[in-house]
Amino acid sequence: MILVNGEPSERDGATIVELLTDLGVEDRARGVAVAVNGEIVPRPLWRERRVGDGDHVEALTAMQGG
Amino acid sequence: MSTEAQIPVTDTPFQIAGRTLRSRLILGTGGFPRLETLADAIRATRAELVTVALRRIDPGARGSLVDVLEECGVELLPNTAGCFTARDAIVTARLAREAFETDWVKLEVIGDERTLLPDAPELLLAAEELVGDGFVVLPYTNDDPILARRLEDVGCAAVMPLGSPIGSGMGIRNRYNIGLIVERAGVPVILDAGVGTASDAAVAMELGCDGVLCASAIARAHDPVAMAHAIRAAVEAGRLARGAGRIPRRVYAQPSSPGEGMADLTPPAR
Repeated sequence: MILVNGEPSERDGATIVELLTDLGVEDRARGVAVAVNGEIVPRPLWRERRVGDGDHVEALTAMQGG
Repeated sequence: MSTEAQIPVTDTPFQIAGRTLRSRLILGTGGFPRLETLADAIRATRAELVTVALRRIDPGARGSLVDVLEECGVELLPNTAGCFTARDAIVTARLAREAFETDWVKLEVIGDERTLLPDAPELLLAAEELVGDGFVVLPYTNDDPILARRLEDVGCAAVMPLGSPIGSGMGIRNRYNIGLIVERAGVPVILDAGVGTASDAAVAMELGCDGVLCASAIARAHDPVAMAHAIRAAVEAGRLARGAGRIPRRVYAQPSSPGEGMADLTPPAR
């Protein structure tokens, strides 16, 4: 079990790109950043980095603000 | 503004971290009811720098903010709004750099939900770390001249003192402090937060601020696009007035018509 943006998910073993696809985001999308357990995962690693049980994934983008 | 075309007015360019900006008004994108209104307001302000927040991807979101901003030809200034600790603000700034490929950040470290006032020690800590990490740091700060100087000392590219709390629309509560910050600053001073209407933006510029950052006053106005025009004009008017040099305030009147040469209208005594 992992958490993606606070929501439980059974996608253990998925890559970051696969998780972003689940969220409707293309892997080349501009304005997206990802952190796993509070650590930034740089874009070049999105295809290889896999998440495992207990990981907290935050997938972020630009929202109106400030 | 059209006046500039008719009457040449010289002004120094507005530069932050060596980059020249054509507009002294920076627009916050928060609070606009629709992306179309935001786009129209951006065009009305002629801003080239607009702030965005970094939040969780919403799969149900309609329209892409990034696409709209790109169509408008503006650059993104990510903020760290909502961060209560230096650590969260630092990680958020680094995520924003990853997302938007910019090392510029509007640094906010908030101390309190109710006032959204900056947490000075955390702000200074985060600013120092981010400057060391190569960021161009624009900190949202209290209207405290000493803190502003400390932020400049650690290498911030500008200081952005508040006029009054975010979204309060109370204008500039302490003009004297803003004046002191301007007087001592070696980096641009951008009035951030508190603008409620055009005159507040004009006052900021008359006090010597180099620019104004404005969001709610435009976004939450009854007619955001009209207010965007008004505040752009006010920033330009205030800047011109600052350069022109205002007259001193006096307690008593000073006649603007000559006292000499007055007619004697008293009927002669007979």
